[in-house]
Amino acid sequence: MGWETWAITTLSRSLAYGTPLLLGTLGEIYAERSGVLNLGVEGMMIVGAYSAFSIAYITGNPWLGILMAAVIGGAFSLIHAFTSVTLKANQVISGLSLTMLGLGLSGVFGRGWEGKPLPASLPKITISVLSKITFLGPILFEGQNLIVYLTILLVPLLWYILYRTRIGITIRSVGESPATADSLGINVYRVRYLCVFLGGVLAGVAGGYLSVAYRPAWTEGMTAGMGWIVIALTIFAFWNPAYGMLGAYLFAALYHLAFRLQPWVSPELLKAMPYTFAILVLIFVSRGTLLKRMGAPAALALPYTRGEE
Amino acid sequence: MDNSEGYLIELHGIVKRFPGVVANDGIDLRVRRGEIHCLLGENGAGKTTLMRVLYGLYRPDEGEIILNGQPVQMTSPRAALNHRVGMVHQHFRLVPTLSVEENIVLGLDEGTGPFLNFRKTRERIAAIANQFGLSVDPQAKVWQLTVGQQQRVEILKVLYREADILIMDEPTSVLTPQEVDQLFTTLRTLVDDGLTIIFITHKLDEVMRVSNRVTVLRQGKVVATLLTAETDKPALARLMVGREVVFRLKKSPIEQIEQREKLLEVNDLHALNDRGLPALRGVSFDLFAGEILGVAGISGNGQSELAEVLTGLRKSTKGRVFLAKKEITNCSAREITELNVAHIPEERIRMGIVPALSIRENLILKKYRCPPFSHWEFLKNKEVQENAQCAMSDYQIAAPSCETPAKLLSGGNIQRMILARELSENPNLIVAVHPTYGLDIGATEQVRQILLAQRKRGVATLLISEDLEEIITLSDRILVLFNGEVMGILDAESADIEEIGLMMAGTWHKREEL
Amino acid sequence: MKRLVSFKVERRPVASGRVVFFVSLLAIFAALMVAGIFFQIYGVSPIRAYQLILRGSLGSRFGLTETVRRAIPLLLCGVGLTVAFRALFWNIGAEGQLLLGAVAAAGVALFTGLPDQLLLPAMFIGGFIGGAAWGLIPAILKVKLGVNDVITTLMMNYIAIYIVEWLIHGPWKGPSMRGFAYTDTFPRAAWLPTIYGTRIHWPTLVLGLVLAALMYILVTRTRSGFEIRVIGENPDAARFAGINPLKTTLLVMLISGGFAGLAGVGEVAGIHQRLLGPSHISMGYGYTAIIVAWLARRNPLAVIVTSFLFGVIMTGGDVIRVSLGLPFQLINVFNGLILFFLIGSEILLRYRISFLLRR
Repeated sequence: MGWETWAITTLSRSLAYGTPLLLGTLGEIYAERSGVLNLGVEGMMIVGAYSAFSIAYITGNPWLGILMAAVIGGAFSLIHAFTSVTLKANQVISGLSLTMLGLGLSGVFGRGWEGKPLPASLPKITISVLSKITFLGPILFEGQNLIVYLTILLVPLLWYILYRTRIGITIRSVGESPATADSLGINVYRVRYLCVFLGGVLAGVAGGYLSVAYRPAWTEGMTAGMGWIVIALTIFAFWNPAYGMLGAYLFAALYHLAFRLQPWVSPELLKAMPYTFAILVLIFVSRGTLLKRMGAPAALALPYTRGEE
Repeated sequence: MDNSEGYLIELHGIVKRFPGVVANDGIDLRVRRGEIHCLLGENGAGKTTLMRVLYGLYRPDEGEIILNGQPVQMTSPRAALNHRVGMVHQHFRLVPTLSVEENIVLGLDEGTGPFLNFRKTRERIAAIANQFGLSVDPQAKVWQLTVGQQQRVEILKVLYREADILIMDEPTSVLTPQEVDQLFTTLRTLVDDGLTIIFITHKLDEVMRVSNRVTVLRQGKVVATLLTAETDKPALARLMVGREVVFRLKKSPIEQIEQREKLLEVNDLHALNDRGLPALRGVSFDLFAGEILGVAGISGNGQSELAEVLTGLRKSTKGRVFLAKKEITNCSAREITELNVAHIPEERIRMGIVPALSIRENLILKKYRCPPFSHWEFLKNKEVQENAQCAMSDYQIAAPSCETPAKLLSGGNIQRMILARELSENPNLIVAVHPTYGLDIGATEQVRQILLAQRKRGVATLLISEDLEEIITLSDRILVLFNGEVMGILDAESADIEEIGLMMAGTWHKREEL
Repeated sequence: MKRLVSFKVERRPVASGRVVFFVSLLAIFAALMVAGIFFQIYGVSPIRAYQLILRGSLGSRFGLTETVRRAIPLLLCGVGLTVAFRALFWNIGAEGQLLLGAVAAAGVALFTGLPDQLLLPAMFIGGFIGGAAWGLIPAILKVKLGVNDVITTLMMNYIAIYIVEWLIHGPWKGPSMRGFAYTDTFPRAAWLPTIYGTRIHWPTLVLGLVLAALMYILVTRTRSGFEIRVIGENPDAARFAGINPLKTTLLVMLISGGFAGLAGVGEVAGIHQRLLGPSHISMGYGYTAIIVAWLARRNPLAVIVTSFLFGVIMTGGDVIRVSLGLPFQLINVFNGLILFFLIGSEILLRYRISFLLRR
């Protein structure tokens, strides 16, 4: 394989593999920006994967599968929102329990679905005209999936909403200083519910993409820790959708290269990188001004009660 | 002048009660359009409560609010803003990581849907800023601004919402003198443009400088409403603080100063508060054995920081502290405790106790490391229990047993427990901050008697309190703290109320060297 | 005259031990109910399923011993976690600390060439140090830099997993069979003795029980335990009392990480006798231990009971897989439900409903 062909293949696959990472990260960014830590992403992804696969298999329509994945992922996240925001319970434990639950439920229901072939997966799209563009053409426009394109479009949209619209200002204020937001008449609980819900929907779709488009199949535990990478990537992205995009595709590329780069660096070390980098980022932003400028939302993982200051 | 013509705001007979206290007791207030009207009073006089009623944060139990001749219901801050009443709080309601324009627009429903036209917003902000001389970079992040600039953002927020009545709650408490000047210039510009300003303060200088009229509140009632031009600082001080008769407890006479041992020497102490602003600016005083030195002043003038520096909970930036000739500047809390300094903290429940632990465990909170309570690594439960039982009977702590969790105790019993703990090791210095705050009469009396008993034993006590009466009755000498500086140290027996009031409100007085 | 009964919801000042116990039971019961629904969906009567589980994990010799051997790492990790949780240090990283303990033990066993009598003690010491070191890193980051303990401990779990993977595929690679990689088998002297005919490596078990008792004494009767409790209950008062948060945080993580490391030693030296893939060493013991510690309400002695309970559940998973053909994953569902209902039920501990009679 010529160097150029190799690069094109790698980048093209990175785009595909990075898509669920990116979807999950975008959702988690919104949830954490509103102040809620959602450690249940892995669980939401895998139930999304199973729901998508089973519905796609039964109905023969992969898009219905994706829709179901979104619904189920969203429903799961509402449970987390309820315990975290309304019951004001420990968000860490709530998220972990939902991940366990998600892994368990998908394993239970998914039994017997392994090895079943999917009659109709999401179609691969090739835009012949655009794919003739040198280098970028084959990467972007040959054999990719509609969801990949939608995800790419989602990034500027979500970025714009977060930083340039009233909704985004509201979300960010709730995550930084819920007492202030509350005193200005903003419904902190509702904002948090909505953001967590968005996170769940996107996580579900990410899982659905895996089972219905990327590698149309169902295997128990097929998300293989992707949800945890998402948590790391959210930090690596400094809670910014644009950097999230960078991080997701970067790490997707590194994963693909893991085997290739073996002579120089062991694949395990590469796979450990998202996590190491997340810790490094946290250390980096721990100092005063950097914390304010780029750090985590100040009220992250702290339940809010009116009147308790 | 008492005719109802020309009054923009009228508050009639406002009564607001909270459990245990009547914050506003039938207050009448009238504010004219286009004037700067000051509300003057000590802590607890009811100024902030009254303004919160006007701003819709509280509903009054009785009374009515009339704006422009029409009675109105202020059900919430939104309602207040609809009536064009805006409030600039003492503690800013800003989100530090958002920019100025984002903060101004936060929570506003301009009806343009979820999306924002930042250009229009920016233009509008610029227009208002220019009109009133409130320059600030709309895209700067709030945490990057100085305090004065942040306050300007708060004012812009209110003006952006088209308020024409501005309530300002102690606005100068966080500003430098230059920023204060700028603020006053701004206020005059606002008024020239037709706005009306109500200004809550306890500083006489400001009242005289900037207001047209002033209303003095004391203990929930209006004492007087005057034209600023027709009064002066001493008169206002008297009205603010005025007590006809001060009851002084019979205390045992103290020995001549020269013969007493100097226990605490504080030299030129400087410290910053939590926001990084100067809280103590060169505080110096001496404290002798067997005396109670009362620190008077409106809260927020450095008292908390003084207590924290002296007990090792806050670092000083300059100056030195000596305890019985030994330097303790910037020693840790643990070291100072070991030097036998007792601290009765300002926030009893948040700082002074561990609510979930039992009484007997709370009683050894500071001394658990020492024998007889611990032997090597282990706590000696028997000794801890005995200690608890003694303390409970000596200080009359009412509880089912010493195993009862501290959070179940009443305020008075919590304070008794704290006193038992702090005084059990026979300290030679006590730093007591608001020791009777929130206690019932019986507990208050008991605490005061305990402090006097310690005084008789020869203990030096620094008593910080918002209750001026308490300071006057208990102290031998009174130190008045204003804006982090010592305004003066007076002998309690001969001190003049008016003098104290003036000093508390920031007017320089000849310092008496004692 | 009408008599009205009204009720109001008010904050409960303190939840008595009885209430706590009752609420915990309620949570478990709720989890059993919901899990029962899943059994029903699979066409199995829940009652029969639970009967089988209990009989399988407690009724037979094999089942009972399996239950105990699963409880051992849960016990060690759980005890460590109760101490960490008492100081409000959210150690989600027990899984990684366990793995690092296993790594250290393997390193000592395979490469140090110590005389036989010293091998096992050295492995335990090494495992303790390995786990403790892994736990101290997040602790230092939290105290010195204020970095969030949840995220750091979580991330370090995955770094630990990849360290183990790297070792068994790389420098410490032994023979591979059928695609699973692992190190060489430990020398015989590095094998933990087990009770005859079972897989219970009793030295670790004894260690766990002893440490549980010691930690109970530490928390309730010593100065350090006092400091831990004060910091956990009211950090402001701790500052007021002059307690040093750095020292206390480091201590709890030393204990918590170290104990998890000991659990790792037990697994590799007692069960597998080699270093394997991470998911074979620990089947989520570190995460399950969180539930164990939570259910034990942070009481080290109670962990003995709760770790045994979860040993039953885990063995039960095997039982239902073998006897009923149900997926092992049901256990995850069960665990998730218990944890979920536990924290959900805490609202019952904070508030109570009182009934008032009004005339």
